[in-house]
Amino acid sequence: MIEVVDLCKYYGDRRAAGPLSFTIERGEIVGLLGLNGAGKTTALRILACDLLPSSGTVRVDGLDVVEDPHEVRRRIGYLPETPPLYGEMTVHEYLVFAARLRGVAGSQASRAADGVEESLQLTAVRDDVISSLSLGFRQRVGIAQAVVHKPALLILDEPITGLDPAQIIEMRQLLRELRSEHTIVLSSHILTEISETCDRILVLREGEIVAAGKEADISRRMLGGVQIEVTVRVGPAATVESVRALLAGTPGATGVTAIAARETGPDIASFCVDADRDVRETVSRALVDAGAGILEIVRSRRELESVFLRLTGADPGAHLLPSAGIASGAGVPS
Amino acid sequence: MKALLIAGRELRAYLRSPFGYIVAAATLLIDGLLFEGFALGAEARLSADVLFDFFYFASGTTMVASVLLSMRLIAEERQTGTLVLMNTAPVRDADIVLGKFLAAFGFVALLTLLTIYMPLLILVNGKVSLGHIVVGYVGLLLLAAASIAIGLFGSTVARTQVVAAIVGAGILVIMLLLWLVARVTDPPLSAFLAGLALHNERQNPFMRGLFRLDNAVYYVAVTYFFLLCATKTLEARRWR
Repeated sequence: MIEVVDLCKYYGDRRAAGPLSFTIERGEIVGLLGLNGAGKTTALRILACDLLPSSGTVRVDGLDVVEDPHEVRRRIGYLPETPPLYGEMTVHEYLVFAARLRGVAGSQASRAADGVEESLQLTAVRDDVISSLSLGFRQRVGIAQAVVHKPALLILDEPITGLDPAQIIEMRQLLRELRSEHTIVLSSHILTEISETCDRILVLREGEIVAAGKEADISRRMLGGVQIEVTVRVGPAATVESVRALLAGTPGATGVTAIAARETGPDIASFCVDADRDVRETVSRALVDAGAGILEIVRSRRELESVFLRLTGADPGAHLLPSAGIASGAGVPS
Repeated sequence: MKALLIAGRELRAYLRSPFGYIVAAATLLIDGLLFEGFALGAEARLSADVLFDFFYFASGTTMVASVLLSMRLIAEERQTGTLVLMNTAPVRDADIVLGKFLAAFGFVALLTLLTIYMPLLILVNGKVSLGHIVVGYVGLLLLAAASIAIGLFGSTVARTQVVAAIVGAGILVIMLLLWLVARVTDPPLSAFLAGLALHNERQNPFMRGLFRLDNAVYYVAVTYFFLLCATKTLEARRWR
């Protein structure tokens, strides 16, 4: 669906993105992850034919974005970070306008608008003026304009920014529904969000891809294993020391550190276990046998965060592990 | 035709914004005051002179209204981020510029034609030919088209509406004042500059009811030139 080879974009002398090379298959949801200024928006704007690349080739559906921009634009729907909404229009008028602009014939445009209003639950506000809508509705109208002409490829720049938790859940649901009809590329600087919705992640740092793949693969590669957090109630049968020894002795475990207890209460202790594979089952069996009360065993949230910080270069103390394969294969997706 | 689609949306935006009405009301009010105070005057005057003065004042207010109404065309969309919608749709940049131009021109034309009651009063109460009125309005509309194209170009170059207005007004004033420059230069340059000036030699015949094709072609050429500049600027922006 998308084929990007050696894409570079310069603003004057400053390199905003690139060199980027990746492919995205039809039907995938791919997330671009990176801190602000990592080049996500620039990359998406080039995919959306809003900007032209300085060098390299970008093909959407086999069509070159420089040579055939109009044909490419027919196939894409784009939601920029700020939804491009005309405040003085009503939702319906706006969607009809967006559809006709994308080449839907006049008579079908109104029906197309009716269709997306229904599927995105905008029917109740279809005759409201856009400037009077709440942020959540505006974001939804923004998505509606991107899908109203049924594009094969949907490009969403930070679709969840500024939404409240209820709206975020709604948005996730919406993305899952949309994936049946569209290939989706979205960007975010929130790791948990992107690992929740996307099949595959491309991590960008200073305009380059520093890691690519499924979230679990990336963390395994980055950390050389997985990290879990164990919270137990200690007692006379299982003391803090004996639990620590037991965790350290688990096959596969490479290190154990005591961390601040995840819950408040007497006799509660938490540990962070580094392992070369997922050891949650083994650990839980061993703890039960030892008579320790298990309160929680989870994949570490800090694992995701530390991977993210290392990859994006925001953690000054961290260096990329030599075994992580960043320099070699990471730029080319599997 | 995408240009008409864009023009339709833009024209509705004018009609729904207070700004459009404020500019229209101010222009009509000033036209009326100048007509009453100066064109009609205190003592008896020839009808043709009164009509000439009316067109003279109206050409000034038309130019100001054109710049004010065109400054927002692209700059506002860039500021609010809506330009992306058209930039990522299968629409040629020329269609975007043409659509914007047609909308502003439609609005200014409507506004200009609303002043028709004044020439009609002269026609009823005095002695002027219908042709004089028609030619005068043709001149006004051509001047409006050129001014809007200049303002639209300013709007494509600038990032904000204020800067757009300054750029547009700057170009317009320079083109107006070329006839003064022409007076202090030697031929053949002086003739060239005088011919290039936006108002003096070009608009005067229209105000007198004299239609000359070269003057009409001049305004069309200026309009085309600045619309072309606006289109090229918009295209170039994609590389940055």
